[in-house]
Amino acid sequence: MTEHYLVLAAILFAIGGLGVLIRRNVIVILMSVELMLNAVNVTFVALARQHGSMDGQVIVFFVLTVAAAEVAVGLAIILMNFAQRKTINADEIRLLRG
Amino acid sequence: MEVLISLAKVIFAFVIVLQLTLVLLWVERKGSALIQDRVGANRANLFGGLLPFNLGIVNTWMADPLKLFHKEDIVPADADRFLHWLAPWIAIFPLFVTFTVIPFGDVLIAGGYTINLQGADLNLGILYVLAMLSMAVYGVIVGGWASNSRYAFLGGVRGSAQMVSYEIAMGLSLVSVVLTFGTLDFQEIARAQGDLLFGVFPAWGFFYQPLALLIFFIAGMAESKRAPFDLPEAESELVAGFYTEYSGSKQSVFMMADFVEVAIVAGLVTTLFFGGWQVPWLYRDGFHFPGGFHVFVPSLLVTVLQVLSFLVKLFLFCWLQILIRWSLPRLRYDQLMDLGWKRLLPLSLANVAITAVFVLLFDGKTVW
Amino acid sequence: MTLFWILACVTIPAALTVILHRNPVYSALALVFTLFQVAIMFVALDAHLIAFLQIIIYAGAIVVLILFAIMLLSLEPEEPGDGRSSLRAAGWGAAALLGLELVAIAAVFPDTPAAEKPLPEGYGSVAKIAERLFTTHLLPFELTSVLLLVAVVGAVVMARRRTGP
Repeated sequence: MTEHYLVLAAILFAIGGLGVLIRRNVIVILMSVELMLNAVNVTFVALARQHGSMDGQVIVFFVLTVAAAEVAVGLAIILMNFAQRKTINADEIRLLRG
Repeated sequence: MEVLISLAKVIFAFVIVLQLTLVLLWVERKGSALIQDRVGANRANLFGGLLPFNLGIVNTWMADPLKLFHKEDIVPADADRFLHWLAPWIAIFPLFVTFTVIPFGDVLIAGGYTINLQGADLNLGILYVLAMLSMAVYGVIVGGWASNSRYAFLGGVRGSAQMVSYEIAMGLSLVSVVLTFGTLDFQEIARAQGDLLFGVFPAWGFFYQPLALLIFFIAGMAESKRAPFDLPEAESELVAGFYTEYSGSKQSVFMMADFVEVAIVAGLVTTLFFGGWQVPWLYRDGFHFPGGFHVFVPSLLVTVLQVLSFLVKLFLFCWLQILIRWSLPRLRYDQLMDLGWKRLLPLSLANVAITAVFVLLFDGKTVW
Repeated sequence: MTLFWILACVTIPAALTVILHRNPVYSALALVFTLFQVAIMFVALDAHLIAFLQIIIYAGAIVVLILFAIMLLSLEPEEPGDGRSSLRAAGWGAAALLGLELVAIAAVFPDTPAAEKPLPEGYGSVAKIAERLFTTHLLPFELTSVLLLVAVVGAVVMARRRTGP
């Protein structure tokens, strides 16, 4: 049972990683990252169930808050960047590249 | 048998909602007419006018839905056809399933079965309601976006911002209710309200959490997107807001979603703050009036009285919302955000803090 | 177990839609759907509270924000294939490798049927999770509030800046 969920979570994580690698739309990249976070959450909950401990579920709670903070700040950055440079293409956002 | 009973309960909950939306539509037509000193819907002349009373209600109950479902379904050019079709269903589905967790009676004891009168028994009922209500936003956003119309789009954006903002105050006001009763289960909350305060008054949630009631009711009205919070569908500004480009049966589904939301808010207010199905002083074996006076009532009749009591309260709060809708003017957008974020949110936070202190000091309900 | 296979068959196509659909609105809606499936997985794994929080926070708030941003930017669907194709191929390869590696790790996981170990009383209930949260994990919990405050301040500061550099 547990290893089934672990395999599914691994596949979801890889799909999220694929999204980060092949897409250039920053918002889609953000969504792919959410997908990866969710895959990790599934792993936490599945392993928590396996061990009969609730710490895994508590950690998911923290991941949720971090995801919320991440999206709020991330979207603010994306919107500001769009307002100034009229692009959300990850290839064209290269301010930090020397 | 168990499966049949559960099915019957869910169907009963659905029937309540469906009938209530139709009745509300009629009440709103007649009620708004009453408020505005008009006659209202009265063109239903059945049996050649032989009946002594007017059957305007037939018009709303049968002719109107029939007409709506036969109208041509128009999809605007360049609209996203799939999402345009999907949006009404996204809007109404979470609302329908929300209603199933609201208990409409205590237990029905018949034929050796003890049936819990609640569509679905869920011990995390309040969280479930919050989750489902938060899904209702998508119908508005998707409908507004998929229509490919400026008006619809503006309505969708306004609607999503409004619903997300008021959800927070709504959730926090529910937190203080949960703290008071110490459970997330609607049925248990309703049962806990059968106690008496000072041995006289029924211990309804309203006495413990008046502020939460106010916040929840305002936020709930904002969630249902009706005046004075009807900015997403403001007819004088946006034609019909997010469902401008809808016609026929799809449009009627959106309209129905509005009424279901009114019914849900009324149902939640009834269950959390006004005793749900409780009839004051009525218990399983009859009335126990303060002062030791006891009247025996058969168990079956008790259940019937409780369901009736729930329906009457439900209807009263629906009527109250309709009354407010037709009495108050629409808020401006900045006033709306101001009310949500600067008034209701701090108030509900303070309420949670005060409630928590009281619960700690007096162990919850024994405060009285 | 049937539930798991249904979930798996629905979740993976939904997740692929998130990353492959050219229209970001569809991506976001597919993400909502995926999150719902994950919530059902949580219910199946006796994490009821977490499942509802997942729907309330993730599906009800986070993705609404994302959709909101997509609509404010009024994005056109992306043109296919104007990226550097070699990089895309490398991306697919890397993701496939990552997936294979993770699946391999998960597959060799020592298999102990969950039924063997009885779950403690009240597993996954609100009271028990709150107890853990406010005792063992109190410090991270308090730090979360600081994190959220920082995020709020950051978002507001960025949203208020009117002029460009």
